[in-house]
Amino acid sequence: MKIVIVLILLVIATVVFHFVSPWYFTPIASNWSSIDDTIDLTFVITGAVFVLVNLFLAYCIYRYRHNIKTRAHYEPENKKLEIGLSVVTTIGVAAMLAPGLFIWSEFVNVPKEAHFVEAVGQQWQWSFRAPGKDEVLGKVDSRFINESNPFGIDPKDQAGQDDVLVFGNELHLPLDKPVKLLLRSKDVLHNFAVPQFRVKMDLVPGMVTHLWLTPTRTGSFEILCQELCGIAHFVMRGRVIVDSEEDYETWLTTQPTYAETQNKVVGDPALGQASYAVCAACHGAQGEGNIALNAPNLNGMSDWYLARQLDYYKKGVRGAHKDDPLGQQMKAMAATLVTDKAVSDVAAYIQTLPDIVPKATIEGDVERGHSYFVTCGTCHGAKGEGKFGVNAPRLAGQHDWYLKQQIMNFKSGVRGNHKDDLYGVQMVLMSRILPNEQAIDDVLAYINTFN
Amino acid sequence: MSYTAIADQPEGESHDPDTFITKYIYSQDHKVIAIQYTITAIVVGLVALVLSGLMRLQLGFPDTFSFIDPTNYYQFITMHGMIMVIYLLTALLLGGFGNYLIPLMVGARDMVFPFLNMLSFWFYFVSVLVLMASFFVTGGPTGAGWTLYPPQAILEGTPGSGWGIILMLISLTIFIIAFTMGGLNYVTTVLQARARGMSLMRMPLTIWGIFVATILGLLAFPALLVSAIMMLLDKIVGTSFFMPAVVSMGEQLNYSGGSPILFQHLFWFFGHPEVYIVALPAFGMVSDVLAVHARKNIFGYRMMVWAIVAIGGLSFIVWAHHMYVSGMNPYFGFFFATTTLIIAVPTALKVYNWVLTLYRGNIHLRPPMLFAIGFIFTFTHGGLTGLFLGNVVVDLPLSDTYFVVAHFHMVMGVSPIMVLFAAIYHWFPLVSGKHLNDKLSRLHFWITFLGTYAIYLPMHYLGFLGVPRRYYAMGDTDFIPASAQTLNANITVAALIVGLAQLIFIYNVIRSLSKGEKSEPNPWQATSLEWQTPDFPPKHGNWGKTLPVVYRWAYDFSVPGAKYDFIPQNVAQEDVEPEDLEREGLDQDGGDGEISSEGVESMGDKT
Amino acid sequence: MSFFKTLGEKPWLAQTGEIPLINNAEQTILKGKTALKFFLAVVGVIFFLFTVTFLSRTQFPDFMALSGEPWQPFTNPVQLWYNSVALLIGGIALQWAKVSAKENHLNRALAGIIVGIFFSLSFLIGQLLVWNQLYDLGYVLTSNPANSYFYLFTAVHGLHILGGLVALSKVTFQFIRKNSLTKLSAGISLCATYWHFLFVVWLLLFALLTSSPETYKTIAQLCGF
Repeated sequence: MKIVIVLILLVIATVVFHFVSPWYFTPIASNWSSIDDTIDLTFVITGAVFVLVNLFLAYCIYRYRHNIKTRAHYEPENKKLEIGLSVVTTIGVAAMLAPGLFIWSEFVNVPKEAHFVEAVGQQWQWSFRAPGKDEVLGKVDSRFINESNPFGIDPKDQAGQDDVLVFGNELHLPLDKPVKLLLRSKDVLHNFAVPQFRVKMDLVPGMVTHLWLTPTRTGSFEILCQELCGIAHFVMRGRVIVDSEEDYETWLTTQPTYAETQNKVVGDPALGQASYAVCAACHGAQGEGNIALNAPNLNGMSDWYLARQLDYYKKGVRGAHKDDPLGQQMKAMAATLVTDKAVSDVAAYIQTLPDIVPKATIEGDVERGHSYFVTCGTCHGAKGEGKFGVNAPRLAGQHDWYLKQQIMNFKSGVRGNHKDDLYGVQMVLMSRILPNEQAIDDVLAYINTFN
Repeated sequence: MSYTAIADQPEGESHDPDTFITKYIYSQDHKVIAIQYTITAIVVGLVALVLSGLMRLQLGFPDTFSFIDPTNYYQFITMHGMIMVIYLLTALLLGGFGNYLIPLMVGARDMVFPFLNMLSFWFYFVSVLVLMASFFVTGGPTGAGWTLYPPQAILEGTPGSGWGIILMLISLTIFIIAFTMGGLNYVTTVLQARARGMSLMRMPLTIWGIFVATILGLLAFPALLVSAIMMLLDKIVGTSFFMPAVVSMGEQLNYSGGSPILFQHLFWFFGHPEVYIVALPAFGMVSDVLAVHARKNIFGYRMMVWAIVAIGGLSFIVWAHHMYVSGMNPYFGFFFATTTLIIAVPTALKVYNWVLTLYRGNIHLRPPMLFAIGFIFTFTHGGLTGLFLGNVVVDLPLSDTYFVVAHFHMVMGVSPIMVLFAAIYHWFPLVSGKHLNDKLSRLHFWITFLGTYAIYLPMHYLGFLGVPRRYYAMGDTDFIPASAQTLNANITVAALIVGLAQLIFIYNVIRSLSKGEKSEPNPWQATSLEWQTPDFPPKHGNWGKTLPVVYRWAYDFSVPGAKYDFIPQNVAQEDVEPEDLEREGLDQDGGDGEISSEGVESMGDKT
Repeated sequence: MSFFKTLGEKPWLAQTGEIPLINNAEQTILKGKTALKFFLAVVGVIFFLFTVTFLSRTQFPDFMALSGEPWQPFTNPVQLWYNSVALLIGGIALQWAKVSAKENHLNRALAGIIVGIFFSLSFLIGQLLVWNQLYDLGYVLTSNPANSYFYLFTAVHGLHILGGLVALSKVTFQFIRKNSLTKLSAGISLCATYWHFLFVVWLLLFALLTSSPETYKTIAQLCGF
């Protein structure tokens, strides 16, 4: 008879769990509250069936448990009962389906007044594109994608020149205005999902998909990729900031247009050499770094990475954490490079420096390090050479003690947790796969083998 | 489709085994092949169980286990899913139970093509070896998720995108060949080798379930074969069937114009019927277990058969409900939401009929019955959550979250496994001639039943919260409270307990094979043919000198007017011993022996 | 439909009439026939699904049909016509062998089998020639989806013919060893059916693969792609 009691208790426990569970939908931030209503309706209907069927099951087991004195009832079928049950079930199912289809037709038909923004996915980052004044997005083709044109915009298409490009993983949307999000992927399947908005849709390479919604409250909401897109799927995060309309317009004007990105200043190594004199004090004349001064190797680092990091230091994205005294030093030094031009000049000069192989200072198990590095190498390259396509810097040729410091910083959240650090959060999550110091030493010992 | 009764297998084709090799390796006996299938499937299933334990460890206690990095994690989930769905459930239900039960239950000496049957097993075995080999190649097994969606399945950036995915696709191809050889055998045996008198509508529901599932498999697996071949070509030769122009990790690749969504359509055109390839045999077997242990005919046999056939047919036009948010033409959503919810109706009727079979029964709460009851509970739960996901708008917030994981584990993980255990506990005496230990069986049931519910009920709520599936680690988010991690840790503990509890089962089986209590023939007093063989357990050729003749359906339990509460299918009407007066008196005392008008009618028809 | 009538039976009622027994020879044929029916269904589904993906792929901009313009290889596919005739003769020969075996004309049956095998092999060699021609013209497997599909379709179809040849030789060798004309007749009969099926499949593929872009567009529109 245990089973009878257990069944009844399970039914009660399930219902109680449902009502007391603190784990339930996050407060909605879009116009799709009708979806929540459909779910409530579905809960009422399915909940009733669940309780009734299982309580009846428990009753039957109790009432008709084996009894030597009786026999089971012989009844092959009961047409009336079966037809009745089919009809009731059909009505219940229709009651859930009808509102569902009705709301789906709303989802399928995008309102005409909706403005549109494009979200572009790639392994494992988001970027966004909004139309310029002409209200038209320029043509794109993955064949145009390269380092200076990551969106793949057709350079000859006039409509694309004024497209506003958002390189970061943060999208702003104006409050209470319906928006159609055009979704495009450069490489594999991704999925644009914001739990507070309730709606989501896959990004499919080779085509443009879409979804629409109206943000109904201001705030900052996370974008989670919800279609498995490779090894770093779980770090593919972004953010939607819902602003008032004025704030949105202001934000939009701070983002570059495609034409602007094409006219970007090219660094001049000759000018950079002059500014580098300051850097050389710590980083060395050849950019070889200095362990005594905690200065990393600079030669061999790509210009795009150097420029980004200098920019981060200047803006306080990096080096502002109270537990990062070394970063604070660098922050002060970076401030001497006032303009973007100065930054790219220095970066350009550093490209001219010869590659100098640093000495290994850390010992570890190379074999074990290799197995950790399988994951790292996906982005940083199998030989630690770095990949612009995923914004991953070169690791080979860097001082191992510096890398160790940075991994520790990522692990403790000293680096990478600033909300404007676009790719730092990925390293914060990824650095967790190295559970302890030994693991870090092992992986560094393996990276040292590239030199 | 007319039925034909067959006299006997032709002479001169006997293949009586004599040596070890012909008896156990090169065996063409369906019972031996069934056991080979079962053991292989269970062994490979244990591998998948360990993989699931590992991934639960990572989810419950992130940052604790250094040997589980994202690469491994994605490989674990992929292999876990693929092994469980294809190499365990499909192989065990059809290759194992299908092989064992079809000839016995329809009254045949063996499958109609014994050699093909043997070949089927060995192809399956090779497919398992190829799959296992992928653990040992460079890069390891594929980590593309069990759905193997291109482009990521064959691009850098996914674990095992080299040899891993190639071996997976080759293994699937071999499995499909194995399944086709087995499947042709099952349908032909059911259609052409039934004993005299065994009309289609007299077959036990087990056979109906397996029969329809096999037809589904024969028609659905080609879709997987087609997509596997085309993906292999994309991967190895560089064609662009599914591959559009992409820039992978900053590099332009030579693909152009293919459609990843096309793969998803093919995959789910196989994938959805696959759910029913697993579910229908389970539906059938649980019906028989319920009827035998409740001493009552299955309620609404015809409705049950119709439901199996209807579900089988409908399962081919619901596939795109897995793709509501895939970017396919959104107008498809209307059609597929409707068909999906329609399929709920026959499914619900089956649940009602199982419960109504217990109603006014005479229920023996033996271990198989406990598992069958557990199945009704878990399947009801899983079926109802399916109504959330099938309804296209409700799927929007829930798809790709833990709600989906919880739903499909409830409906096609826990439920079929409940039935598998019910079936193993039910048919073990027939296979081995021994009883399993009752106490251990019950212990195994309670831990498995309560444990799995403790795993999956809370998991649905993680899904409501919006926790995405296939995340190696959640990290910090704004909307997921810290308590969700506590919940995850609890789920992991429950999962590990359930996983370990399966050792009880294995111990019980191994111990009972040698030391178990000897079972008398037909210990549950069942009516279906497999229990009526002249030898117990059945020997090679199953039926001794003459094949059985069938006089009735498989559910003549507690027939009013008969002496015993069961009449085997091969007992002629004139051989049924009438009820003695004493017995009748008892019935009236019990106060439960009243006969409805329906019962009287049918009894009238009979005599 | 008798299947629906069967489903309507009430099995708990008393039996209505005896079910006749049939003899062993008939049974062998029935088993084979049933299995072959299902096997053809499986093969049919495989080709059907390939065709569906093909049709949807034809509507992508990078698809360049192999026919329709004078310079394209299949605007005038002479070799493919030869091959089709070879396969047709192969099927007819097997049909003739089947009828002869039934009528106990052993020599004719064996002759039919040999002719059947010969022409089926010619078909396969002919297909290889077409591959060779295409390759020489620069239509390689990966250069265009239309080429990929042509090689894929012909390869899958050819493999099925090869499989049929294996089965046919097995039937023949079994006959040579056991000398049972009934079995031979049953085996050839199944092979003949299989050959006709593959011939029809080939004709459909032939028509499909050598159609012009306009035809694809029409079909795709009809199917709603």
